[in-house]
Amino acid sequence: MSTTCDPEVKVIYREPETLSGTSMRYCPGCTHGIAHRLVAEAVEELGLGDRTIALASVGCSVFAYEYFGLDSIQVSHGRAPAVATGVKRTRPENIVFSYQGDGDLASIGMSEVIHAAGRAENITVVFINNGVFGMTQGQMAPTTLLGMKTTTTPRGRDAEANGLPMQICELLATLPGVAYLARETMISPRHVRAAKKSIKKAFEAQVACAGFSLVELVSTCPTWWGKSPMEAAEWLEQEMLPQYPLGVFKDWTEGQK
Amino acid sequence: MSERTLIKGNEAAAWGAIAGGCRQFFGYPITPQNQIPEFMAEHLIEVGGTYLQAESELAAINMVYGAAATGARVMTSSSGPGISLMQEGLSYMVGARLPCVIINIQRGGPGLGNIGPSQADYFMATRGAGHGDGSGLTFAPYSVQELHDWTMKAFEIAERYRTPVTILGDGILGQMQEPCRLAPWDKSPTPLGEPTKRFDWAVGGSRKGRERRIINSLHINLDALEENNHILFDAYAEAARNEVVWDEYGHEEPDLLLCAYGICARVCETVTEWAAESGLKLRLLRPVSLYPFPTAPLQEWASRVKRIVTVELSMGQLVQDVRLAVEGRCPVDLVSRTGGCFLTPEEVLEKVKELSQ
Repeated sequence: MSTTCDPEVKVIYREPETLSGTSMRYCPGCTHGIAHRLVAEAVEELGLGDRTIALASVGCSVFAYEYFGLDSIQVSHGRAPAVATGVKRTRPENIVFSYQGDGDLASIGMSEVIHAAGRAENITVVFINNGVFGMTQGQMAPTTLLGMKTTTTPRGRDAEANGLPMQICELLATLPGVAYLARETMISPRHVRAAKKSIKKAFEAQVACAGFSLVELVSTCPTWWGKSPMEAAEWLEQEMLPQYPLGVFKDWTEGQK
Repeated sequence: MSERTLIKGNEAAAWGAIAGGCRQFFGYPITPQNQIPEFMAEHLIEVGGTYLQAESELAAINMVYGAAATGARVMTSSSGPGISLMQEGLSYMVGARLPCVIINIQRGGPGLGNIGPSQADYFMATRGAGHGDGSGLTFAPYSVQELHDWTMKAFEIAERYRTPVTILGDGILGQMQEPCRLAPWDKSPTPLGEPTKRFDWAVGGSRKGRERRIINSLHINLDALEENNHILFDAYAEAARNEVVWDEYGHEEPDLLLCAYGICARVCETVTEWAAESGLKLRLLRPVSLYPFPTAPLQEWASRVKRIVTVELSMGQLVQDVRLAVEGRCPVDLVSRTGGCFLTPEEVLEKVKELSQ
């Protein structure tokens, strides 16, 4: 945290106290770091730092409990929305969010996230979609694009052999228990600002007990995409976004205006 | 309270849980234990608690994990197939050192099996809790009263050793009705006070004035995981010093010792009485704590009897612990049925008589 003794100098940028200050272990060009920071800023700006519990899932973000400066729980693969349910039902005064990748949420944990949304659980999910299993070294995820090469689709994902990409926001948008649902990305300052706004709205939905909230962040994985950070951002825009279009799918406050 | 109420085993267990301070229940329906979640759905709300039917046993045990992380007294109940699904979550709870109570009202297996009484989940209960080093503690009541009492007591034991505790019953124990002295309920939603003050590890509440806390079973450093596992086993060793419980019944100078737990011990009490009428001197040693196991009293009897006959509803699981305990001091036999079939006293007595020849 930056501090100064000079009253004339105004602090306009500092690390939020909702981050622990521990160095992150993410690859160059990976957007996990930005996503962590946006979540931490949203929690701090909403004044929720003293009562928020972070759930780290299994995947590249498995160490999220070290990075967030919050009470944290490390949970098993895919089950974060169930753990969050247990926490929230026991401690309704606490704010609970899970931070899950596409292997965790869209593959092994699809049941848990759909049922948490179906029950309108007052929890928030931050969903990182980079179309690949990162931590286990680049295998196919349910969100892998057709034709995309991974270590388990070495000739590219084939619809007949490997199935079709799954769109989580479009799936969840059908459920009445969902209060806030948006898909964002972080490949430019404009996108980062939009992502932050959505993350904040997701937490606001939980504070208001409006129901389930989820923000999908279409993210880069330069390492397993085999690209430089800049190439990865460009590829994301050209290839990922047509399959995963950005936008707010549900906003419970819209009906209130 | 001295008045006794005629009540089903499953309902008595649920009653005992609420009396023991349980305020959170997450579960999924499966026969023959459905009266436990049904009782919780009806009554937890009266004491400010939470009942939630999960979408699966996988979800249920992870909801238990979440509630336990906040220091709440929380439980689930199921039967074999459901407990199988919970093994992953249990492993995480063991690793993260979270207390909780699990009731397994056993049914016939493997697979979908049937809903007959069984004791074939003995290994899963005593060696189980999923993958890796570590398990939980396991207690096996043999009457409706004990099912009530042990479920009540289990929460305190779970907290003392920071571990899941399994109450191992079976389809008969869960379904039968007996008179039972029911303990009173404290109507407070937090009968024991603020969990984050009771425990220095529990997350939640307001974090003002304290350091952040982390519930975790990941130790990427190899030495750190080894140290964690030693902490787990230190707790089991402590439990072996304090929590070993068994009961004995029958002749003071027996020729044969019967060893049985749960519903089979009820049968063996009758067998012991009937055997006495025909001059056969039997004594029953009934383990109540299965993990920790009553090794010492079994060793003592093993030096004094001709043989030990283990009676159980499985192809032979308890018998392996008995053999490990007695270390060859005397022969150990098995009388058993499997697949949800039950042993009658007549059947057991006949086989014990054959073995005593």
